[in-house]
Amino acid sequence: MKVLNCPLNGPRNISEFAYGGEVESHPDPHACSDAEWTDFVFFENNAAAVVREWWCHVATAYWFIAERDTTTDEIVRTYPASEAFTQRMEFPAPARAPARGEDKP
Amino acid sequence: MPFGLLKYGFSKKYPARRHFAPRGDLRPSYDVVIIGGGGHGLATAYYLAKEHGITNVAVLDKGYIGGGNTGRNTAIIRSNYLTPEGVRFYDESIRLFRDLSQELDYNILYSERGHVTLAHTDAALRTMRWRVEVNKHLGVASELVLRDELARLVPQINLSEHVRYPVLGALHHPPGSIARHDAVAWGYGGAASRMGVEIHQKTTVTDILKKNGRVVGVVTDRGAVACAKTVQAVAGDSSLIAKMAGFRAPILTVPLQACVSQPLKPFLDAIVVSGSLHVYVSQSDRGELVMGGATDPYPLYSTRPSLEFKEGLMAHILELFPFLAEVKLLRQWSGMADMTPDFSPIMGLTPLENHYIDAGWGTWGFKATPVAGKRMAELVATGEVPGLIEPFRLSRFREFKLLGEKGAASVGH
Repeated sequence: MKVLNCPLNGPRNISEFAYGGEVESHPDPHACSDAEWTDFVFFENNAAAVVREWWCHVATAYWFIAERDTTTDEIVRTYPASEAFTQRMEFPAPARAPARGEDKP
Repeated sequence: MPFGLLKYGFSKKYPARRHFAPRGDLRPSYDVVIIGGGGHGLATAYYLAKEHGITNVAVLDKGYIGGGNTGRNTAIIRSNYLTPEGVRFYDESIRLFRDLSQELDYNILYSERGHVTLAHTDAALRTMRWRVEVNKHLGVASELVLRDELARLVPQINLSEHVRYPVLGALHHPPGSIARHDAVAWGYGGAASRMGVEIHQKTTVTDILKKNGRVVGVVTDRGAVACAKTVQAVAGDSSLIAKMAGFRAPILTVPLQACVSQPLKPFLDAIVVSGSLHVYVSQSDRGELVMGGATDPYPLYSTRPSLEFKEGLMAHILELFPFLAEVKLLRQWSGMADMTPDFSPIMGLTPLENHYIDAGWGTWGFKATPVAGKRMAELVATGEVPGLIEPFRLSRFREFKLLGEKGAASVGH
């Protein structure tokens, strides 16, 4: 049994958690280009190193960040997301949604 | 009898055939350097030499031939996919596999067994009807069977309704086969080597040399070599080689575990798969039950085993075959699968000119070994992307033209 230390629930079996992908900066979906958006949605660093990742304790639906070595599976550190994200991210909707088939401004 | 065997073994009249020419020094330059000496890399080298006359080729592998996912898969070959692009592609692979022992003069123990994918839910049956229609339209043998027909086809399965996931029906794919996966790598490697291709085992690529957006060579732990073209066929390490080439790939490296039981007398001819139960099982020619399940729940560059995998897999195997309860597990291993978001592979051009990619083979790569090698060789030799692999281009992710094979490529995702 592998144990993950949840910042909210303490040490729990890793099978109670869901992996949520690497922590990446989120581009503004209304303003970014297709290349930036596909980069964010589909492409991965997939690094063999210590990586910052989203994890969720499923039973309590609590999302947090773990630093994990993807070559040894060693979990270096876990902490609440509020430590990395100090303010709310806002993506204001554009004044007018582009019509179907119309290019982005 | 033992003396006869010993006499045969020591006799100079029957020398053992060497699989590959011994590894010499690296030449200063090659026409093509293939990074990765698994089935795909060796098949690419073989078809480059045989069909395009390009023999100034080096296959570099950081480990040994076929020691990666080529020797770690469960050796299942089938073409009952969901998208027309996928069905056409894998069907050509089956046709190549059937003649491969003859072509390579090496017995790959190709064994046509029939492939049965169980449905435990109405949703699974619905997807199977869809797959059957796509398959039949493209001339691939595929049939939906219900419980009575399934009981005739695979009488070994527990069809009781008093289990957690009763079986409702199955997708029957008669051409489904297994083969000896090591032999595929050795056969391709040996045949390529006899035509002049160099195979360099224990040679790690540490960097890719570029000039004006083109590949000009690779750096290895045995020195640098110049080359006109490079092919990467490195499965779980695809993202690391892509990074050397200067681009990111839509790939996550996730371990896939598998195991075999102790050898039993032959009792199971069909290959049995259940997506809902996260199980696939077949019986090898040695009598071992070859069993696998879903990929691990999160990415990792490691082939470590886990107890969770064995517990989950065995619980489900015993629901299908309760009489296996006393059978012992013999070996367990895992491989690093390069998973893509749409469960289809990535083949073709890359942002770096003259660097070609054969990746994203996740949990479905072994069955594509001949066709991937043949079509990658065609691409490398001619510079034109063959129509058969064009839909699997890397840039499809930039154009939102994904090829969703999740319903047919995977177990338990």
